[in-house]
Amino acid sequence: MEGLLPDLDVIRKDFPILERTLAGGQPLVYLDSANTSQKPQVVIDTMVDHLERHNANIARAMHQLGAESTEAYEAARDKVVAFLNAPSRNEVIFTKNATEALNLLARTIDLGPGDNVVITEMEHHSNIVSWQLACERSGAELRWFGLTDDGHLDLSNADQLVDERTKVVAFTWVSNMLGTINPVTDLVARAAAVGALSVIDASQAAPQLPVDVQAVGCDFLVFTGHKVTGPTGIGVLWGREELLNQLPPFHGGGEMIETVTMARSTYAKAPHRFEAGTPPIVEAVGLGAAVDYLGHIGLEAIHAHEQAITAYALEGLQSVPGLTVLGPLDAAQRGGAVSFELAGVHPHDIAQVLDSRGVAVRAGHHCAKPAHARFGVQASTRMSSYLYTTPAEIDALVEALHHTRRYFKVD
Amino acid sequence: MSTDLDALYQDIILDHYKNPHHQGLRDPFESEVHHVNPTCGDEVTLRVHLADGPDGPVVQDVSYDAVGCSISQASTSVLTDLVIGKPVAEAMEIHQTFLELMQGKGQVEPDEDVLEDGIAFAGVAKFPARVKCALLSWMAWKDATAQAQTEGETR
Repeated sequence: MEGLLPDLDVIRKDFPILERTLAGGQPLVYLDSANTSQKPQVVIDTMVDHLERHNANIARAMHQLGAESTEAYEAARDKVVAFLNAPSRNEVIFTKNATEALNLLARTIDLGPGDNVVITEMEHHSNIVSWQLACERSGAELRWFGLTDDGHLDLSNADQLVDERTKVVAFTWVSNMLGTINPVTDLVARAAAVGALSVIDASQAAPQLPVDVQAVGCDFLVFTGHKVTGPTGIGVLWGREELLNQLPPFHGGGEMIETVTMARSTYAKAPHRFEAGTPPIVEAVGLGAAVDYLGHIGLEAIHAHEQAITAYALEGLQSVPGLTVLGPLDAAQRGGAVSFELAGVHPHDIAQVLDSRGVAVRAGHHCAKPAHARFGVQASTRMSSYLYTTPAEIDALVEALHHTRRYFKVD
Repeated sequence: MSTDLDALYQDIILDHYKNPHHQGLRDPFESEVHHVNPTCGDEVTLRVHLADGPDGPVVQDVSYDAVGCSISQASTSVLTDLVIGKPVAEAMEIHQTFLELMQGKGQVEPDEDVLEDGIAFAGVAKFPARVKCALLSWMAWKDATAQAQTEGETR
């Protein structure tokens, strides 16, 4: 199959969990990577090594371990800088996850009555609710791009939505439900044309596409560590340095200050301005190892692999009677998450039967209820592949779906 | 695993799923509630109609509109079979018995005399992620019944 990673067998051996079996001796077929990715040995080993040999608090411990820990944490920042092709290391802020990064922006960007924020109907709840709260607090208006029937952004009324009172245009690069890849440079240009800030949620893009913040030209971009083969508990906010330093602090505490008196404080510049308190040190170190690992394999190669697997999956899924794929049917226009409905069987029941065959998928609304509602769907089943997914695993999914139909006596 | 799966998806459950009893929203009713399982999005709108009986209020009707998986749909159907026509006090006892079965992690022996078709849900208790599915409409019914009784008292 063209496009697959050439050393797929070797790559799979990097992920120890792929060796394990489940109840009944079933081998694991992990197709839930858009939910969280599995972790390569190098990430696990790097984190264990840090905890075993270098653990200390950072930037405040005046001893050798403190220096080593600080160096490892800041080296991880440099790896993320390279991963995003960011122009300055001061622009990469470690957060808890992408949700916290989005909330940081929604909390600190100045909004007022008469302003508006434009999002899209295909956002993850984190890029909807955080802006709803910001608009409720400030009196700004929330607007959104609708979706076309084939699962793309409806840009037909873009000129009315994004106007001179727009302060923020926030959108996902790749939809976690529909898989759609959005025209990010076009959206960034629309925001820039009216002087609005552009915010990209790259949670689903960063694992599978080359992300170059300079090429995209956006103002802010967020992603989460655990979907790029890193650990949970660590996310990234990237922003233009001059913009970050104009934002007020988010959390107050240690590390984010310049000086503190009982009456008032002055604040450090980015990135430390937004890293109050002891950060998730070993998680950051693990994320550094993860983006390094992806960089060695190459995001272009990973993207080609995902597209090949997705095309194969779309073909296989359509061989299942009564199955409807939500979102674009052309693999070139989408990422590696494919949501679908199967007539006569509820997604939870599908996921349960698939699980009994070792096939792990997600069922529900995938934290994208409005996108489901747009297509009149209450819940869906989602398979999502990654760099370790094989065509044989897609075959196992398709066979398990045929079995599911027999199990529930559909027909 | 397939035996566990068969324990989960008993024929009784699949029968209720395909042919749910007492489905639809009906008048009259004293209370209507809307319950959601936020993790999966299953939803139920449920109405309760109580009537006076010789020994206190009786569950005259339970009507509903629900979307969700086979477990949540079948559980709603079984609930209506078990509580419609019963005195509220007895229906609440059945509710408690079903709750204990669901929260028993598969260790509770179900009482067929009390739970009838409800015993088919014994297998669900072994799947922690699915217990909430089975309990969605039961919790909605308890809530609606409590509201209907308060309504009755204030009138």
